[in-house]
Amino acid sequence: MKKISKLFSVVLVLAMVLSLCACGNAAAGTTAATQSDKLGETVVKAGFICLHDENSTYDKNFIDAAKATCEALGIEYVIKTGIPEGQECYQTACDLVDEGCNFIFADSFGHEDYIIEAAKKFPEVQFAHATGTKAHTENLSNYHNAFASIYEGRYLAGVVAGLKLQEMIDNGEITADQAKVGYVGAYTYAEVISGYTSFFLGVRSIVPEATMEVTFTGSWYDETAEKEGAQKLIDDGCVLLSQHADSMGAPTACETAGVYDVSYNGSTASACPNTFLVSSKINWSPYFEYCITAISNGEDFATDYIGSIATGSVELTDLGSAVAEGTEEKVAEVKAALESGDLHVFDITTFTVGGEELSTYMADVDTDPAYEGDHEVIVDGFFNESAVAFRSAPYFDVRIDGITLLDEQY
Amino acid sequence: MNSKQPLFHITKRADISKKKAITIRLIAILAALIFCGIVTVALTGDNPLSIYASIFKGAFGTARKTWVTFQNMSILLLIALALTPAFKMRFWNIGGEGQVLIGGLAAAASMIYLQDKMSNGFVILVMIFASIFAGALWGLIPAFCKAKWNTNETLSTLMMNYIATQLVAFFTVVWENPKGSGKIGIINQNTHIGWLPDVFNEYLLVILIAVIVTLRMYIYLKFTKQGFELTVVGESEQTAKYVGIDVGKVIMRTMIMSGGICGIVGLLLVGSINHTITTTIAGGQGFTAVMVSWLAKFNPLSMVLTSLLIIFLNRGAGEISTRFGLNQSFSDIITGIILFFLIGCEFFINYKIVLTHKNRESGKEEQA
Repeated sequence: MKKISKLFSVVLVLAMVLSLCACGNAAAGTTAATQSDKLGETVVKAGFICLHDENSTYDKNFIDAAKATCEALGIEYVIKTGIPEGQECYQTACDLVDEGCNFIFADSFGHEDYIIEAAKKFPEVQFAHATGTKAHTENLSNYHNAFASIYEGRYLAGVVAGLKLQEMIDNGEITADQAKVGYVGAYTYAEVISGYTSFFLGVRSIVPEATMEVTFTGSWYDETAEKEGAQKLIDDGCVLLSQHADSMGAPTACETAGVYDVSYNGSTASACPNTFLVSSKINWSPYFEYCITAISNGEDFATDYIGSIATGSVELTDLGSAVAEGTEEKVAEVKAALESGDLHVFDITTFTVGGEELSTYMADVDTDPAYEGDHEVIVDGFFNESAVAFRSAPYFDVRIDGITLLDEQY
Repeated sequence: MNSKQPLFHITKRADISKKKAITIRLIAILAALIFCGIVTVALTGDNPLSIYASIFKGAFGTARKTWVTFQNMSILLLIALALTPAFKMRFWNIGGEGQVLIGGLAAAASMIYLQDKMSNGFVILVMIFASIFAGALWGLIPAFCKAKWNTNETLSTLMMNYIATQLVAFFTVVWENPKGSGKIGIINQNTHIGWLPDVFNEYLLVILIAVIVTLRMYIYLKFTKQGFELTVVGESEQTAKYVGIDVGKVIMRTMIMSGGICGIVGLLLVGSINHTITTTIAGGQGFTAVMVSWLAKFNPLSMVLTSLLIIFLNRGAGEISTRFGLNQSFSDIITGIILFFLIGCEFFINYKIVLTHKNRESGKEEQA
C-alpha cells in the first residue's frame, strides 16, 4: 500500500507542477489589431463554437461570417470546430472564457443547454446561440438566441424551383402531374418543417399542381444518409430536389443523376455545375456585428434576434446557369412583395391542413416536455413565424396538404 | 554476406528486466512524439517546439484544462479497470461501450421518470442501483451464454453494444425535447434532480471514484481468493476445474463485476458530467479502454499511466487542430501514430532481433 500511495503522490505532484508551469506560459501577449470605429471602449474578443468544420455547408456559413465580421471590425477571435453537442460544448465555452473571450457564440441546435450552463457560470460574458429556443424563457440577461426569417429565403428559392418546373412542363419534359419535388430533411423538427413547407409554398405559387415528398435522415450531418435519401427521392420520380441537412450528400446525388437541385447554406455551383439552381442562406455577419458592437459599447442586445431580408441576414446566392428564363426578375418581384409585407409566406389562404383552412393554431413556443401549444400564432390571416413577440427559432410544425412524408421515425 | 542467410532473425526473449522494458517503452513514446512532430511540421510548417508546447497546453494549459484532463482520464481508467478482470480471465469483453451506455440509460431514465415522484436523494440512490444493475446485466448475458453453451464472448459482447446503442437511440426519440429535434438536452436543467453532488468542484467526484476503484481493483486482483480464481481460469480452464473452481460461476461473477463498474461509468457520465444521454456518450472509450488495459499488462496501477498518456495526447492533439486550423481528424491521426508506436514497441519487449552475420548473442534492438 505504501508503494501505491507513493506512486499516486508522485503522479499528482508531477501534474500540479506541470500545470503550474503551464499556467505561467499561458500568459501570452495579445496584440490589439486596429479596431473599427463602430466599436466602443470595451475590447471584444469573440469565441465561436461550431459543431463541424468547413466541410459542412452549415458550419462553413458561420465560419465565413465569423471571420469576415471579426476581421472587418478588427477584433480578436477564436473558432473551435468539431465540438459535439454535449459536455464538451460547455468545456469549450469555459476554455474560451479562460482565453479571454467576452462574446461566445455556438452554432448548433444541441449546443443550447450547455451554453445556458456556461452563461449561468459566467454572468459577465455574453453568450449567443443560433437556432435555440430557450432564451426567452430562461431569463438570463447574458444569454441570447438568434435566427433569421429563412423561410422567406426558402420561399424565394421555391419560386426559382417553380419557374424551372414550369419551364420543364412548357418544354414537354414532364407533365404538370409529374411536377413532384423531393426534400431531404434532418429531423421532423419545426425548423425543418417550416423550411420545406415554405419552399413548397414557393414552388406552388408558380406551379399550383406541384406536390412534394420528404424523407428524413435522423442527423444534421450524415453524407451517406443524405445521398441515399436523395437517391430514394429521385427513384421515386422527384424531378427537383432540395434539402435541409448539412452535407454535400444530396447535391452530389442530384448532380450524378442529372436532377435539378436547390441547396442550402451556400452555393454548390462549383461542385454541381449542371444541376445547381440556387441556394438560400442565412448571412450571419449582420448579427455578429450587431452583438459585437453592442457589447463593445456597453449596450444590451436582443434576447431573440430575427434577421430578415431587410437586415441582409436572409440571402439568395447567385443563380445557377440552369435556371429558367426570367427567374431573376420574378425573384426580385417576390422579394419586394415579401419585404413590403404585401406577401406572407404562410398566408393561410394558400394552404390547407386535412382539407381545411388553418384558422387557429397554438404553437409550442415555450419548450416543454409535453410539447404543449402555448401561443396563438395565426395573426391577420397568416401564420406568424419567427415573430419578435414569440421567439426567433421556427415553430411552424403543421403538416400541410400536398406534402407526403415518406418516413417519420426521426 | 551469405545471400541465403537472412540478415537478421527474431528470437523470443526469455525474460526481460523491468528496467529494460520501461526503457523500450520510453523510447517508443519519444519516437512517437518526434514522428508526430514531423507530421505536424509537414502539415503546418510551424516549428516543432511550439507544437509540443500546444500539446501540453491542450492538456494542462489552465487549471480547468488540467481538471478536465484528469476527469477524462478517470473515465477511461474506470472502463479499463472494469474490463481488466474479464481480460485476466481470458474473457474478451469488448462490450464496455454497451455496458457504459446501458448504465447511462438507466440513470437517465431514473432522472426523467422519477424527478417529480421522490426527493433528489432517493432519485440518486435509485440511479446508482439502476446503473450498476443495468451494466451488470449487460455483462452477465454474454457471460451466462458462455458459461452455459460456451458461446463466443467476443461476438456476443460486441453485439450487446449495438443493442445498447439502438436502445439509447430509441429513447432519444421518446424523450426528445422540443418535438422532432432528436435530442434530449440537459435533463432537469433547472431542478438539478438526479445530478450527482459536486465534491469541491464539478470534476473531483469522478476522479475520487476512479482512485477508489483503482486501489480496490489492485487489491482484488492481487490479494483476494476471487482474484486468484479468475487468474487460474484465465491461465487454464482445465487446471481450474481440477482444483475445484466452478468455472462458469467465476465467469458470471467476474462479468457481473465488470459490467457493474461500466454501469458506474455510465452513471458518472450521465449524472455527474453530461446530464444527458446520447448514443455517442461513451465516445468509443469502451474500445480505447481495451488498449489501456492491455498496454498496462492488466496492472491497475500501470493503467493510471496508460490512460493518462492516451487522454493527454488526445487533448493535446485537439488543441493542435484548433490552433493550427486543422481538421478534427488530425487529432485522431496523432493518437493513431502514438498508439502504433506504443503497441509496436511491445514487439521489441517480447522479441529481440539478432543480426545474423555478426554471430553474436546479443543483437541490437531496433526502436521504431
